[in-house]
Amino acid sequence: MGVIIAKSVNEACAVLAENPAATVLAGGTDLMVQVNRGTHSLETVLDLSRIPELKKWTMEDNQIILGAGISYTDLTHPQLSAFFPALAQAARTVGSPQIRNAGTLGGNLATASPAGDTIPVLVAMDASMQLKSSTETREVSITEFITGVKANALKPGEIIESIKVPIFKGPQEFLKVGTRNAMVISVVSLALVTDYLERKLRIGVGSVSPVPFRATEAEEFISDKFDWETNRNLSEKVINKFSELVANSTEPIDDHRGTANYRKHAVKVLAKRALERVSAGDIK
Amino acid sequence: MISETYSLLVNGKSYQVVDGHPSESLLWVLRERLELSGSKNACEEGECGSCTVLVDGEIVCSCLVLAASAVGREITTIEGLGSEDEISDVQKAFVDAGAVQCGFCTPGLLVAIDQLLNTDPDPDDLTVREAISGNLCRCTGYGRILEAVRIASKNRKVQNQEEQGK
Amino acid sequence: MSRLQTVDTATKGSRIGESAIRPDGVPKVKGEFVFSNDLRHPDMIWGGTLRSPHPSARIVSINTTPALKMTGVYAVLTSEDLDGMPLYGLEHPDQPVLADGVVRFQGEPVAIVAADHPDNVRLALEAIDVEYELIEPLSDSKLAQENEAIHPDGNLFREININYGNSQEEGEITVEGTYEVGMQDQAPLGTESGMAVPSEDGGIDLFVSTQWLHADRDQVAACLNLPPEKVRLTLAGVGGAFGAREDISLHIHLCLLAMRTGKPIKMSYSRTESFHGHVHRHPAQMWYRHHAKSDGTLIRIEARLLLDGGAYASTSSAVLANATCFAAGPYRVPNVEIYGAVVRTNNPPCGAMRGFGCVQVCFAHEAQMDKLAVELGMDPVELRVKNALEPGDQIITGQTITGTAPVAEVIETCAQHSSSVGPASQQMELPGGAGRTADPKHIVRGEAIAVGFKNLMFSEGFDDFSTASCQLLDGVATITSACAEVGQGFVTLAQQIVREILGVEEVILAPASTASVGSAGSTSASRQTWMSGGAVKSACDAVRIKLLSRIAESHDLDVESLVIVDGGIASLSSEFSISLKEATSDLVEAEEVYRHVPTFPLDENGQGNAHVSFVFSAHRAVVDVDQELGLVKVVELITSQDVGRVLNPLQLQGQLEGGAAQGLGLAVMEEINVVDGRILNPSFTDYLLPTALDMPPVEIAALIEQPEPNAPFGAKGVGEPPAISSTAAIASAVRNATGLDLHRVPIRPTDIVFPERNDND
Repeated sequence: MGVIIAKSVNEACAVLAENPAATVLAGGTDLMVQVNRGTHSLETVLDLSRIPELKKWTMEDNQIILGAGISYTDLTHPQLSAFFPALAQAARTVGSPQIRNAGTLGGNLATASPAGDTIPVLVAMDASMQLKSSTETREVSITEFITGVKANALKPGEIIESIKVPIFKGPQEFLKVGTRNAMVISVVSLALVTDYLERKLRIGVGSVSPVPFRATEAEEFISDKFDWETNRNLSEKVINKFSELVANSTEPIDDHRGTANYRKHAVKVLAKRALERVSAGDIK
Repeated sequence: MISETYSLLVNGKSYQVVDGHPSESLLWVLRERLELSGSKNACEEGECGSCTVLVDGEIVCSCLVLAASAVGREITTIEGLGSEDEISDVQKAFVDAGAVQCGFCTPGLLVAIDQLLNTDPDPDDLTVREAISGNLCRCTGYGRILEAVRIASKNRKVQNQEEQGK
Repeated sequence: MSRLQTVDTATKGSRIGESAIRPDGVPKVKGEFVFSNDLRHPDMIWGGTLRSPHPSARIVSINTTPALKMTGVYAVLTSEDLDGMPLYGLEHPDQPVLADGVVRFQGEPVAIVAADHPDNVRLALEAIDVEYELIEPLSDSKLAQENEAIHPDGNLFREININYGNSQEEGEITVEGTYEVGMQDQAPLGTESGMAVPSEDGGIDLFVSTQWLHADRDQVAACLNLPPEKVRLTLAGVGGAFGAREDISLHIHLCLLAMRTGKPIKMSYSRTESFHGHVHRHPAQMWYRHHAKSDGTLIRIEARLLLDGGAYASTSSAVLANATCFAAGPYRVPNVEIYGAVVRTNNPPCGAMRGFGCVQVCFAHEAQMDKLAVELGMDPVELRVKNALEPGDQIITGQTITGTAPVAEVIETCAQHSSSVGPASQQMELPGGAGRTADPKHIVRGEAIAVGFKNLMFSEGFDDFSTASCQLLDGVATITSACAEVGQGFVTLAQQIVREILGVEEVILAPASTASVGSAGSTSASRQTWMSGGAVKSACDAVRIKLLSRIAESHDLDVESLVIVDGGIASLSSEFSISLKEATSDLVEAEEVYRHVPTFPLDENGQGNAHVSFVFSAHRAVVDVDQELGLVKVVELITSQDVGRVLNPLQLQGQLEGGAAQGLGLAVMEEINVVDGRILNPSFTDYLLPTALDMPPVEIAALIEQPEPNAPFGAKGVGEPPAISSTAAIASAVRNATGLDLHRVPIRPTDIVFPERNDND
């Protein structure tokens, strides 16, 4: 058995169909931590890192389809980051340069950590994912995909093939609180994505609930209050109300990285700052 | 326990790994099976950079690479920097600038910095700091390391100018 | 004789005072330097340790049978297999080699395993069945003294009263405060590792990374029930230490397994195991009251200090002595009442870390000085200078400072140095860094100064010495010393000293081993430049005298007329000259033991000449603080240090920068979170060390060179001060920026965001 290096998505799916117990390896940045600790031992491994299709991205109907094997570093390249700056900003906060070279977008989603850095952005943008097995291809929304703390909706035999991200017109922001200036796990993160055409502000938050989620009540409130023509004149009252609504939607916990109270407070600050930044720039 | 045999291409040389265990990281195999112990193990969870190597030209933590999945990749370790008889300009700058104390983080940093200077020959301090933000050093406080990068970068610039002048 | 000892002018680089290059620099940059976990042997097997998951429990039973039956397993040992001394300890043996019936901290070794591959070691460890009966852990150090004893030796490691002066006078101005320091880890990048090889004489060779070979050797020998000469320790490459390697970790375990299996065996801790497997910096709780006249003159200090020593003694009693002796800071204080205690709990054991007791009190006494300055309406620098100790003053133990004490100089040069940083220009440079959280309008800048004070070398009557030998043959010098090179650069310095005195260029450093030379003492307490530097210097001086005498005799010359110059020996009174190579075709050698002046124990009032020498430093920190998010970015550190004499400017700078980085870590991010005796963050994912994006440039305002009497070359140790005043300065700068009364380090975001409540406590 050992390591099977698949060369195509179809080959990978066939291997998985034959070996449903195989461990799927993408960038390795989460899996190998478990392996090195001895908490996950490997027998058969399906390596997805050399499937060219998974490294590609295409544009289709105002959406970008990102291969699941695209690395965090790839996401920060200007070519891609132009479509979704917040995703690039999030990618740049992941671990270290070494981790960003190895780790993949698909891996971040499959791990489904509450602190996964790209997830709040993808949630805010209503990304969806193409899952593929030897018998089926299906599309699920990111919120359907992440089912709980480090739990996902992958069925046996399935891999993530791609992530479909709509392109939105308007500014975006991603902010992440950590107690170190780099290489740190998020204590709180927040993505704000402007959808100028639909006149909507989209907000995703991370590390403040079992699963990153969209703060819909806050979105509705602020989308309504936002001056979509001049993008100015948000009163302090409105900003505060908005950030309160974001904070109220969270259910943070106390852990060694931060307290629930702090997280609730910090997410409010991030919401306010993200909104101020978005409204300071050119909205179109 | 199952075992497997495969080959790895490290520093331009092909190595046979015989009876490898499937869970072994590239770092482990480099250090314990190939006796290339220049790459260091300080955390084995990608949070220190001591094990930094190049895989197909990009810096990664070798502790987070499954060894048997690196078959056919071009791997460069600290042992691949410089030549048999001569250390590289960055290595020399490290020695001269006092960037080495205990030396445990040194190989990983050198691989990262060599790669940085190959892609960005004249990085500003903030760029360098971000580029090495995944390489922890507990001895130096990074001051002499940054100085070593400045020296190496400056020397490369001078050398390039000289070469262009010829 | 005096003329013989004058030293020739350096003609080449790399002598005393110059930035000599590390002899191990090239092997280290090539990745060829052999660290302790790079050791290998063709017949080598692997060892591992089973540790208690519980901070406090009785061991009901241990079943090793299933583990012993597993593939590749050579041995499984428990306390029942010990036939030597079952306990060890650096100052006092109270820590079991393997737990015997009871575990007192999470991570305490319970059993050890030898197997052919680390995977099999792990599987065997998992197969050992230990039944525990849990006991409520004693995790609050404040309750330790009244709690039932958790160890036969009781729960009090030591208490010290310092009563100096006799006035109970209240000051015109008083300020009071309570302070707290969290548990810091040394986190050397190399984890504990080593290899033991059984030898044919029934003894053992242990290759290990450590700070003090001979102290390890004596403890290992006692626990193996072997005579010390049959236990030979050789220093294997050390990946940093900072105090973490002063105690025994895997040494005895490795030897036990090697003796049992008859095979060379290697062990290497994982990072998580390392967090459980070595001592940490003592957490401290401190109460202070300062009394001053309205002109700022200190008249009295009261303080109560409580250090949590964790489960076993380690160096707790010496740490407490430092904490109490230096509790008042580098200031003249006529009346002092200090009570300090260090207690046993079921928390991780604490012991040596860079700064050794002085870091904790520096944070507190400097916070008090700031408070006092505010109350007095006085400039904090002026207040400090006004009260600064001077040579001839007494410190609070009644000891008169007979050496140098440029306290005012370090403060003033540091305070006067102009800052070179402007406002941050990029998001990445602001608090929060890569996370892009900072909003410039919520960033406040603060700046403050702090002063550190510490002893050099071992104190309180300890017989502190170092041994070194020098052999000069064919113009090549070989130095043998058991001084542990842990990265600090003693190897560079030793070569500089030899070149300076003997004029040779080629200096070989023999491996540091207990088999070849006597003890060099510990690489700690900023002592090796002075102590082992002194031993190397003495040995070289002796060789020089022997050599010149021999040449004088054989060539019928006046010894007083001979000098070593340009790689040869020349006569000042005749044409005679001879190359060193020729002059040393017959071996010249000497071994010397260097001792510092004797010290004495503290009496019941904490009085006595307990210390050898004192060292001072100042740091000024500039910080940016995001008040809304509680995030801090240290923007600049400026420092001045009392160094006696600069022996190697480059290495000195490395010590100043590196020590400051550790101080920064303690100020704003580094803490082992212990709850109910359990470590919540034993990994580099969650125990955060400063990265290159966290550490600012360190500006050296001044190196105060006032040669210390009695110190070889007049040089003071330089390693610890940078880690002492840096933390206090950064904390003070954050207070200055925020206006908050931050009484705890590390400063957590919640401390800034919710100053009114102790959200984490």
